[in-house]
Amino acid sequence: MNVDLRAVRSPAEQALSAAFRSVRGASPGAIADLREAAFARFEATGLPHRRIEEWKYTDLRTLMREAKPLAEPAGKTGRPPALAGVDAIRLAIVNGRYEPGWSDVDIGKAGVALTELFDFACAPAGHRIGDAPGKDDIAVSLNTALMTGGVVLRVGRDVALARPVHLAHLFVGTAAAAMFPRSVVIVEPGARLTLVETFDGPPAFDYQVNSVLELVIGDRAQVDHVLIGRDGEAALRLSTVGTTVGTGASYNEFFFTSGGGLIRNQLFARFAGEGSEAVIGGASLLRGRQHVDNTLVIEHAVGGCTSRERFRSVLADASRGIFQGKIIVAPHAQKTDAKMASNALLLSEEAEAVNKPELEIFADDVQCGHGATAGALDAALKFYLMARGIPEKDAESLLIQAFIGASIEQVAHEGVRGWLTRTAVEWLAARQ
Amino acid sequence: MSLLQIRNLHVEVDGKKILNGLDLTVEKGQVAAIMGPNGSGKSTLAYVLAGKPDYMVTEGDILLDGESLREMAPDERAAKGLFLAFQYPVEVPGVSTMTFLRTALNAQRKARGEAEVSTPEFMRLVREAASQLGIDQEMLRRAVNVGFSGGEKKRNEILQMAVLQPRLAVLDETDSGLDIDALKIVAGGVNRLRSSERAFVVITHYQRLLNYIVPDVVHVMAKGRVVASGDKQLALELEAKGYAQFVEEAA
Repeated sequence: MNVDLRAVRSPAEQALSAAFRSVRGASPGAIADLREAAFARFEATGLPHRRIEEWKYTDLRTLMREAKPLAEPAGKTGRPPALAGVDAIRLAIVNGRYEPGWSDVDIGKAGVALTELFDFACAPAGHRIGDAPGKDDIAVSLNTALMTGGVVLRVGRDVALARPVHLAHLFVGTAAAAMFPRSVVIVEPGARLTLVETFDGPPAFDYQVNSVLELVIGDRAQVDHVLIGRDGEAALRLSTVGTTVGTGASYNEFFFTSGGGLIRNQLFARFAGEGSEAVIGGASLLRGRQHVDNTLVIEHAVGGCTSRERFRSVLADASRGIFQGKIIVAPHAQKTDAKMASNALLLSEEAEAVNKPELEIFADDVQCGHGATAGALDAALKFYLMARGIPEKDAESLLIQAFIGASIEQVAHEGVRGWLTRTAVEWLAARQ
Repeated sequence: MSLLQIRNLHVEVDGKKILNGLDLTVEKGQVAAIMGPNGSGKSTLAYVLAGKPDYMVTEGDILLDGESLREMAPDERAAKGLFLAFQYPVEVPGVSTMTFLRTALNAQRKARGEAEVSTPEFMRLVREAASQLGIDQEMLRRAVNVGFSGGEKKRNEILQMAVLQPRLAVLDETDSGLDIDALKIVAGGVNRLRSSERAFVVITHYQRLLNYIVPDVVHVMAKGRVVASGDKQLALELEAKGYAQFVEEAA
């Protein structure tokens, strides 16, 4: 697209290019072809920057000074961090690779078929890697070009999993490194799944994660996905979820972020069958100089579907929160009902919130709307609580907890919701 | 010692002088009605007692049990036993009335060096007060005042007062927006709390409320000061003749 830009590639782009050349050479043909095509898409633009509208507020070319070397495999055995109070089937993605020695290997008994990413990519069945909404996104292209490993899960027809599946991403290196995990979860018709993804890593290293999850939700299936970012404070993480929703299905997506330095969560969701509903929400608790971007593209490709987006963020210190939400209603996608809300609570003069809702509606019989707010705690509310004897900091905490709790409420799994609530309470306590 | 002593109180809001050398004394066991025309400073008096930010005391003092409130934050005043029933109670989304009441009660007890209230004791306290005010369990579970009617909000204020058991309760136009049935319920809630150790400052425009909460003393405010005091007959006179004579005297 722009020859000049490629001529002045940044050190980070040069390092990514070198990493690509090394992994392409080591990949079997089918995977090398995928990488090749993806890297060509990445090279056309390079790292996204502020003149690319979708990345306007997260200028990676400026913010990502260097690309870390690819992480080495971790030891063969270990345990990833759990989600306290949640009894889940744990699968570990350590340093960007699926590690069976760290995982609960009895997932097959629960009715879920597990294949390692590259094994699947060499012999794909029923789904092709990259066949998901958002495939042309720059971060996704970079992930495809450099993917380091992951799992492909298939939840069998009408299987209702009693326990959540916990995909635990973890970095355990001794120096900063980069990971490009890629996973696919296929939920067959009528099946029910709660999938939790966590991202953990040490605060001492400015490690980099670019993760992609392809989620295929079959007809009448019910899927809850909760993505929890509790990375080390220097981490840079880009996570993309690309979801296809079938007919009469139910999809609940939640992005929770409390950790990390520079974070971008992306969701590309497409309604491909009528009569489905999606509830998409998020909660971010930010302090210091954290930069967290939640970007959504919800595509109503067919009619008769309902989507609800509700994102809330609490911004302390000099943190920066970005919400971009785009709802696209295709021609003929009549009877679409789509509503979006984003609310930011600013606890400091230096904190900054960006809200960018966008509606692209090409059908005429639809209900679409959005609302966005950003502001400080309501002084009248605070006075009311204090006048009842609640000290200032406790009054603030109660109000912030209520604000963020309203978004956490959408998480149906009691254990996961409990963990999120406790984490929010601890975050508030640490503020005092 | 008088429970409340206000001496030569001068208050500014946004640089505008609202209270102008107000003196007022309220004894234990008293119900003191404060009446006065719009703009006389009645609500400002209520807010400045509760310690609302931006209400600047430029001169004078407020003593509760002989202790100055001037430097105290609103929560400290509440722990000392001051309660303001708001004219416009705010909605607190996401915080249930139960959680709110319990947090407030325990915060006050902690500030006073008392033990936290036990769950059964707290439940009993709230249930009893709520049933007397016609507040059902469902309302207690809902977020504070969210989606409540005007009358429900006022009843919720009285419920909070009943649970928190203040020594001095200031009721800021608690009668506004109430129909006669709601007024009787609210007045009943106040009357049940009357005791020799507790006092009430009842701010109102109209004499009607004072038929149900019978005051021991009536004070008339005009232009930021108390300009006349008397017994409950004074309220009836005001109802008949209006405030004109007092406003002119204060000018």
